[in-house]
Amino acid sequence: MEIAIIKYNAGNVQSVMYALDRIGMKYQWTDDEKLIASADKVIFPGVGEASTAMAYLREKGLDQLIPKLKQPVLATCIGMQLLCRDSEENNTNCMGVFDVPVKRFVSADMKIPHVGWNSIQASGENILMEGLKKEEFVYFVHSFYAPVNPYTSATCDYAQPFSAMLQKDNFYAAQFHAEISGIVGQKIIQNFLAL
Amino acid sequence: MLTKRIIPCLDIKEGRTVKGTNFVDLRDAGDPVELGALYAEQGADELVFLDITATVDNRKTLVNLVREVARHVNIPFTVGGGISSIEDVSALLNAGADKVSINSSAVRRPELIDELALQFGSQCIIVAIDTRFVEGNDWVHTHGGRNITEIQTMAWAKEVESRGAGEILLTSMDADGTKAGFANDLTSRVSAQSSIPIIASGGAGTMEHFYEVFTEGKADAGLAASIFHFKEIEIIELKKYLANKGIPMRIY
Repeated sequence: MEIAIIKYNAGNVQSVMYALDRIGMKYQWTDDEKLIASADKVIFPGVGEASTAMAYLREKGLDQLIPKLKQPVLATCIGMQLLCRDSEENNTNCMGVFDVPVKRFVSADMKIPHVGWNSIQASGENILMEGLKKEEFVYFVHSFYAPVNPYTSATCDYAQPFSAMLQKDNFYAAQFHAEISGIVGQKIIQNFLAL
Repeated sequence: MLTKRIIPCLDIKEGRTVKGTNFVDLRDAGDPVELGALYAEQGADELVFLDITATVDNRKTLVNLVREVARHVNIPFTVGGGISSIEDVSALLNAGADKVSINSSAVRRPELIDELALQFGSQCIIVAIDTRFVEGNDWVHTHGGRNITEIQTMAWAKEVESRGAGEILLTSMDADGTKAGFANDLTSRVSAQSSIPIIASGGAGTMEHFYEVFTEGKADAGLAASIFHFKEIEIIELKKYLANKGIPMRIY
């Protein structure tokens, strides 16, 4: 199986690679359109800032390629936010696979960013959570969130309910960092790779 | 519900885990790669890995060690010690660290926090504050606690947040190594004025101390080293104890 990890100017891709190493999978870290388009599975990871990340993707033409991919795509953290319509982080237009906005957490009494292990509740048909409990702990670090919407496949609660996971057609997305979410995160990645 | 985090800290000197009392008298506590993996398995929520003798010379050793630890753990992982530039942070993140912790270099040049937050995002920048109570006030210390500064701890905590720090690792040097409990009063004051998470460090000796730091101390995470290394407290037992007392915990 060919796995492509999309290479762009977002940090912390190494953890994703080690997570794949630990389950014995090979991958390519690439911004080559052909390699990405022909891969069996595409992972769109990353931590970073939305406007800088989108600018880089546009420069490489990847903003056009990614929404047209037909194979299973797993987007995490900023990757998930970039697949949404737009982000309040520096008023950025994103790729619009999920026609939902990304908003900034605002709370008088809760700490922002939302950092740490929080529980998520999966919807019945969430295939990436197969073999896991309906409620599991995963690791989050973020200041922006997608509200609960028709594509939400798992919810989390912090200041208010928000989308922990999204799914539409071949696009699977997680706000949390599956790659460092212990055995739960590992199972989610394995479920994605088994699609 | 967002859980409180239990974070074992691996103090590293020349590639080994060590722990002393009040920042000196180091004794060997084992192989950091082995310990890191063991802690992850036992339910640690994160790992912090501090190179307490960081110099340019052992920077490469540290990067290699980070790579080995990161390969073996599936939980978030912070590295600190001697970090003073974008290049240092880049090297550590590329080796597999999820966050970095900066301390003396931020005191020397506070703009470093802004620069790192802009380049890598606030979420991976922890500012560590070593603090000691001297003549009626809490003062920031640098260089592994050796040097006192003219900066007050509360003011510095506010400043690092405004410059873009994502979390504060607050170490009370008065409490560190004493096993007499965390500095709950100071921790709660810093936590109350901060909108970013506070990791409390220094003084853990019993399970009750963690309960106190999460309740009285209002900490978001509790960090400790020797009590875990020397198996005085098992992480899994600690988390069960805290969960039974109503503290939100991640437990398997």
